[in-house]
Amino acid sequence: MSEAAFAPRSWRDLPLGNVIPLPMTSLSYKTGNWRALRPLLHKEKCIKCLLCWVHCPEPAIHRHEDDSVSINYDFCKGCGICANVCPVHAIEMVMEG
Amino acid sequence: MGEVKQIRTLKEIPREELFAPGHRLCAGCGIPQLVRLVLKAVPGPKVVVNATGCLEVATTIFPYTSWGVPWVHIAFENAAAVASGIEAAFKVLERKYGYKRPKVIVFAGDGGTFDIGFQALSGALERGHDMIYICYDNEAYMNTGIQRSGATPKGAHTTTSPAGKVIPGKLERKKNLIEIAVAHGIRYAATMNPAYPVDMYNKIAKAASVQGPTVLHYFTPCPTGWYFDPSRSIEVARLAVQTRIWPLYEYEEGKYRITVPVKEPKPIEEYFKLQGRFRHLLEPENRWLLEEIKREVEENWNRLLRLAQQS
Repeated sequence: MSEAAFAPRSWRDLPLGNVIPLPMTSLSYKTGNWRALRPLLHKEKCIKCLLCWVHCPEPAIHRHEDDSVSINYDFCKGCGICANVCPVHAIEMVMEG
Repeated sequence: MGEVKQIRTLKEIPREELFAPGHRLCAGCGIPQLVRLVLKAVPGPKVVVNATGCLEVATTIFPYTSWGVPWVHIAFENAAAVASGIEAAFKVLERKYGYKRPKVIVFAGDGGTFDIGFQALSGALERGHDMIYICYDNEAYMNTGIQRSGATPKGAHTTTSPAGKVIPGKLERKKNLIEIAVAHGIRYAATMNPAYPVDMYNKIAKAASVQGPTVLHYFTPCPTGWYFDPSRSIEVARLAVQTRIWPLYEYEEGKYRITVPVKEPKPIEEYFKLQGRFRHLLEPENRWLLEEIKREVEENWNRLLRLAQQS
């Protein structure tokens, strides 16, 4: 997914009816700073079951070609669902900062 | 309906995402999992109609949108009516100019479905517009501050049915949306739960293949309004199925089928003790209400079993 840029600076830039003319512009709004707990992925334990990928509410978990996953910290809100659904405990939640 | 491609494993779910991160739904929310799967499972072009609710206010804060498909926001009460209009307009465009007709998908919360948008939904089902109506049910008005709705289950604490000395939470039953929808004579209706994504994907794919209105009822765990830790969303959702509180079944052209059979249900207390909104039910003075809820859950399950056996 590429980052879409749509940032009106004054009311003169507003489109008619406040229609948002581009798709997925929220990619430039990083929600990663909401996070209090940080998920750490232990790749050697991962069995590529994709449960974290399907259950991530953001989605902040990227599914690679070989079905391995990685976490996008720009958007992860640190809810901890991934760590909770992982059957082999490959994701660990640690305190941020 | 005929042959719809049904999947068996998570690996068969398409990779393409049409729902972007950066939305402002709470951490641990259950709604995005539904939206992601719907946008993957419905093939071809689609138009999304979104009633006011958590999903709408959190995903389209100007100038940001999380949607990768054409999307329209509409008030609480008329999501189904606007979807009917869009569908009718596309039918005309198809007839006159041969445009390919997109699938119209409605997302509405339980407030926008059970209470405020109810008559618009009933009208759209009766007129038979070709659309998928999806209710994401977090069992109260979460977006405005956890007020009770027609979908709030018996015994649940909300800010307008507070559990205390006077009442032990909401005293009325939850409406049965699937039965109401089926009574309109539609061809497909089903319940879904985020803890069972493969089952969910298959139901969405089936609904997408039907010509005419279909209703899907989705269970959304809400950490904010149900008072539980965000990391336990899926755990709570799974327990709702395993305690038979949220039976997973589908109605297809006169036939009922339980898609996730629960042979040995877990005690309902396990589901209740995870959530703050039900904690008072475990007190001795509210024992009678707990017994009543247990009886109703069992009655509902037996009714579904009978319906499934008859068909």
